Amino acid sequence: MGDVSGGVPPIVPFLHRDGAKPYLGGSRCEACGHVFVGERSVCAKCAARDKMKAVRLAETGKLYVYTVVKRSFPGVAVPFVDAIVDLDDGSHLKGTLEGVEPDPDHIKFNMRVKVAYREAQPVNSGGKPYLTYYFVPA
Amino acid sequence: MSDVYIVGVDMIRFGRFPDRTVPNLAAEAALLALDDAGLTIKDMQALFCGNLGQARGMIGQRMLAEIGQTGIPVTNVANACATGATAFRDGWMSIKAGVYDLVLAVGVEQMGKGLLGGGEGVSTEGVIGSGTMPAMFSHIGMEHTRMYGTTFAQFARVSVKNHWHSTMNPKSMYRKETPLQEVMAAEMIAYPNTKLMCSVNVDGSAAAVLASEKKVKQLGLMDRAVRVRASELSSNPFAERQLAMPDFSAATRLAAKNAYEQAGIGPQDINLVELHDCFATAEIVHYENLGLCADGDAGKLIDSGDTQLGGRVPVNVSGGLLSKGHPLGATGIANIYEVSTHLRGAAGERQVEGARLGLTHVVGGGPGMGSACAIHVLEKV
Ligand SMILES: [Zn+2]
Repeated sequence: MGDVSGGVPPIVPFLHRDGAKPYLGGSRCEACGHVFVGERSVCAKCAARDKMKAVRLAETGKLYVYTVVKRSFPGVAVPFVDAIVDLDDGSHLKGTLEGVEPDPDHIKFNMRVKVAYREAQPVNSGGKPYLTYYFVPA
Repeated sequence: MSDVYIVGVDMIRFGRFPDRTVPNLAAEAALLALDDAGLTIKDMQALFCGNLGQARGMIGQRMLAEIGQTGIPVTNVANACATGATAFRDGWMSIKAGVYDLVLAVGVEQMGKGLLGGGEGVSTEGVIGSGTMPAMFSHIGMEHTRMYGTTFAQFARVSVKNHWHSTMNPKSMYRKETPLQEVMAAEMIAYPNTKLMCSVNVDGSAAAVLASEKKVKQLGLMDRAVRVRASELSSNPFAERQLAMPDFSAATRLAAKNAYEQAGIGPQDINLVELHDCFATAEIVHYENLGLCADGDAGKLIDSGDTQLGGRVPVNVSGGLLSKGHPLGATGIANIYEVSTHLRGAAGERQVEGARLGLTHVVGGGPGMGSACAIHVLEKV
């Protein structure tokens, strides 16, 4: 955990590295202010063109909603907490929340979380590691 | 513009038919609907065929090869869980436009068992949350819990109701009552949806014959006709969290508003509803999206019994997707069959007494895809 070496490919296209340090790429619309996860050139909210500014997403936020996944696709370890987080820059990010009991009695809406990075081996990657992000309680 | 009527409508009993083909399942429903109207494929001027799983497979043409190749125009339609309803609506539009007087709409699907979701390439499942449908619709339920305190038991009560309804529907895949205790103690798939709160993946087909007013009168079919008072389709308008959690509420609210406007009625005028209960959590949020109660009151609505048979506005008396089953491309027309059957007063044991106006709703989509919502308002003639 937290061990990130260079060269391992990111699991999603909006995950980048600045030297060795990973970060999440986003876009802010300078017309309406909405912050999107990932790169884009047109705003889905206000339809403005060429108003998108590349930004690095915030790495702290609060838990909006979650579910405890008990059954998933073959080979995927369960249970895990599938979380939707409102990042502090106004963007919204889905990810796995670790460091909490996977039990609704132990998870609170609005709890503070932060983004962390690591290498992981997705089930169908043939054992190949990928760079990914996840959430932990802040 | 002419009013459009349903003059024939039917569905096969949903189930698992791994040894049959998709066109063959479609053909069975098409013939049932034609028989219901007392017409044949030779009377049809066009076919609109909805199927998702084999969207490139020319299912409409292959179905005609099984029931009669008359050379009519075929439009094959795919639009997530709104596939069947979109095919129906395309038929409706063709009559509204004055192009045809008599058309056939079919919805069909053959499904595997198991979880829906996922996709191609390296999977992010478990690594970046979950892409399964149960997880997605659990988020939507938890959002309701977050806003209004809706409980696990309230969500579970949807399944108790719909499973009970299905015991009265001979076309339902399952016909077994499930008490609250059993629903809540069933295998947890993604909190708060247990296995009994997830819709059933089944095979199925449904079909409808649509006609212009002139044609209905000419054929003398008005005594079995159902009037289409509104047909609406929407895509997902921008929603704040759409990149993180797919949104089905905004599309539903938009289509509902337009459908009520088109019909010149309000939600209080509706006598029964078949809505998209792909998961128990979904039915709760759609109560509010369709205006069946005020925002925040859906938990109270299920508790009150108003949405069960005998209540103020029975919802999913067919058993719904939860028990009748959810063959994606067929579901939209199967809902139309159910409501039409009540408006005709022919629903037997589960008949909603005095039903005059009914609403059907389907909405589908997925992570990173967007959504499609279709709503129809049907009226007893
Ligand atoms: Zn904008």
